[in-house]
Amino acid sequence: MTVADFIFYVFALSTLVGGLFTVVSRNPVHSVLWLILAFLSAAGLFILLGAEFVAMLLMIVYVGAVAVLFLFVVMMLDVDFAELKAEMTKYMPLALLIGVIILMQLALAFGAWGYSDGIETRLAAPVDGGIQNTAGLGTLLYDKYFMLFQLAGLILLVAMIGAIVLTLRHRQDIKRQDILAQMYRDPAKAMELKDVKPGQGL
Amino acid sequence: MVEFFTTTNLGIVLLTLGQILLLILPLLGALAFLMYADRKVWAAVQMRRGPNVVGPFGLLQSFADLLKYVFKEIVVPAGADKTVFFLAPMISFVLALIAWAVIPFNDGWVLADINVAILYVFAISSLEVYGVIMGGWASNSKYPFLGSLRSAAQMISYEVSIGLIIIGVIISTGSMNFGDIVNAQDGNAGLFNWYWVAHFPMLFLFFISALAETNRPPFDLPEAESELVAGYQVEYSSTPFLLFMIGELTAVVLMCALVTLLFLGGWLSPIPGLPDGVIWMILKMVFCFFIFAMVKAITPRYRYDQLMRLGWKVFLPMSLAWVVIVAFLAKYEVLGGFWARWTIGG
Amino acid sequence: MEDLLREYLPILIFLGLAIVLGLVFIIAAAVIAVRNPDPEKVSAYECGFNAFDDARMKFDVRFYLVSILFIIFDLEVAFLFPWAVAFKDLSMVAFWSMMVFLGVLTIGFAYEWKKGALEWE
Repeated sequence: MTVADFIFYVFALSTLVGGLFTVVSRNPVHSVLWLILAFLSAAGLFILLGAEFVAMLLMIVYVGAVAVLFLFVVMMLDVDFAELKAEMTKYMPLALLIGVIILMQLALAFGAWGYSDGIETRLAAPVDGGIQNTAGLGTLLYDKYFMLFQLAGLILLVAMIGAIVLTLRHRQDIKRQDILAQMYRDPAKAMELKDVKPGQGL
Repeated sequence: MVEFFTTTNLGIVLLTLGQILLLILPLLGALAFLMYADRKVWAAVQMRRGPNVVGPFGLLQSFADLLKYVFKEIVVPAGADKTVFFLAPMISFVLALIAWAVIPFNDGWVLADINVAILYVFAISSLEVYGVIMGGWASNSKYPFLGSLRSAAQMISYEVSIGLIIIGVIISTGSMNFGDIVNAQDGNAGLFNWYWVAHFPMLFLFFISALAETNRPPFDLPEAESELVAGYQVEYSSTPFLLFMIGELTAVVLMCALVTLLFLGGWLSPIPGLPDGVIWMILKMVFCFFIFAMVKAITPRYRYDQLMRLGWKVFLPMSLAWVVIVAFLAKYEVLGGFWARWTIGG
Repeated sequence: MEDLLREYLPILIFLGLAIVLGLVFIIAAAVIAVRNPDPEKVSAYECGFNAFDDARMKFDVRFYLVSILFIIFDLEVAFLFPWAVAFKDLSMVAFWSMMVFLGVLTIGFAYEWKKGALEWE
């Protein structure tokens, strides 16, 4: 077993453990933390595959952004665990049914699993030698997959608008600061200097 | 003997460990004196003397502080989530340290010479928000919770502009490796070849975003002593608190290193003719840290709504516009490829 | 491939060393320092008052909005990275496709701005 193999098993194990505890943790915040462990281990696995760019993206986007949102959501959850458990027993049969169906589907998928010819050589070098995989991705993504890339942009636009429509409530009853108006205010118009004679007042 | 260290697994691991210690020990040592320097600058601006009791001129103050922290009692709040409570400072500390693995100090002087170095630093700094959120949540107390929420929103707001500023530098260089980025800034004109000229306004944007990202004044709202006492650190004492402090300061010094590498030419000498070397890198980092310390001393704290406005309405559009501008300048090789360094053999 | 992995090995070792160092700090204080908790000492700090109520409270929905917007812009930056790295080899199509992408997102940004989603109140 080489060092790379050993590291693979460490990461694989921690991905599985992370995933398992994400599901079984009682405390939702702990769940998210375990999920983060699973993401980070998956990033490690990507590096072992030579996909360094994807690994870093997994860390930046999933761990650095998506999981922060999850944490925000679960941190303020006021979960009643007793009620949650009672609910769980109610839906248990349905959940079991779904689980069995997913297992059957997985079995179907893996039953028909096969390797294409020459897989060994491609596994060893996911990117043609010499090209860094970020640059390789860059030359392909924006040109050959132009449509998909633009669609991704549109999805992001929809997400942006959706988030605003769903969460934004514009409050009318508060004071707002107009920075530009403040900066361009003319002091000469706002105040006036009076020369007050001593003992006379205005 | 040499073969043992370059071919066998154990040898490679031992060699790397040695290199890491060679980096980490001077770094932690330097941190002690930077902490002292920070306090001295602050004191000088306010016409105080600052630490001056321990050792000559108070030079050993930080080491005395270290001893004090170790001998203090660790107080764990009754309602705290114990595991997460101790995990949070660990995360802060570990993340702040491991980002240094890809920072070069001279041509080739780097632990891990990876292709995606800058992306790695960006990823690590986007994880740093967890130390703060977890610390605030685990304490199960109001001030830490509010502090950590503010801090999380603040850090993620400024991360976008940091990312966009980095993109501009990458367009000019065509690589995410720090060595390539610094070498692309080399040229006959010395310091006028560095990216602070080519990417002029971005130097300031990056510096200010770095202040916000590391929760330094004037953006120290997560800690805001006057309203939140100390934010997410309220319930921490002893070495867990020390780990937070080291993590924070290491992140600041890391930002100094980033400013140096991205905009100030890293280890390149400012005057053509003088030899390049690690000394320039250190000098530039110390200069950046001095500016950090001065900013802390002379600026009043921002208000939270102003902070968010600055991040989203000023920095984000400016850095996005700059990416587009640089893209056009580089595409059409304006000024003989001043923004497209691969064309002039940089 | 092997070279690539070897470049990442120092990071892994560094990670291990940093964790050990952090644990040493915490354990040092746990072993050396006194430990003498009493109910007042371990109660949540609220400037000397007894805690009014639970610290887990609901907070403004704005924090979610900020983090959702952050995810979107983070993805935008993520799309920019390969484009910037491959910049010198990009075709005209690739160059302009990114400009269109940025244009679309700028429309979204303008919408946010107009709607006041970027205002903190």
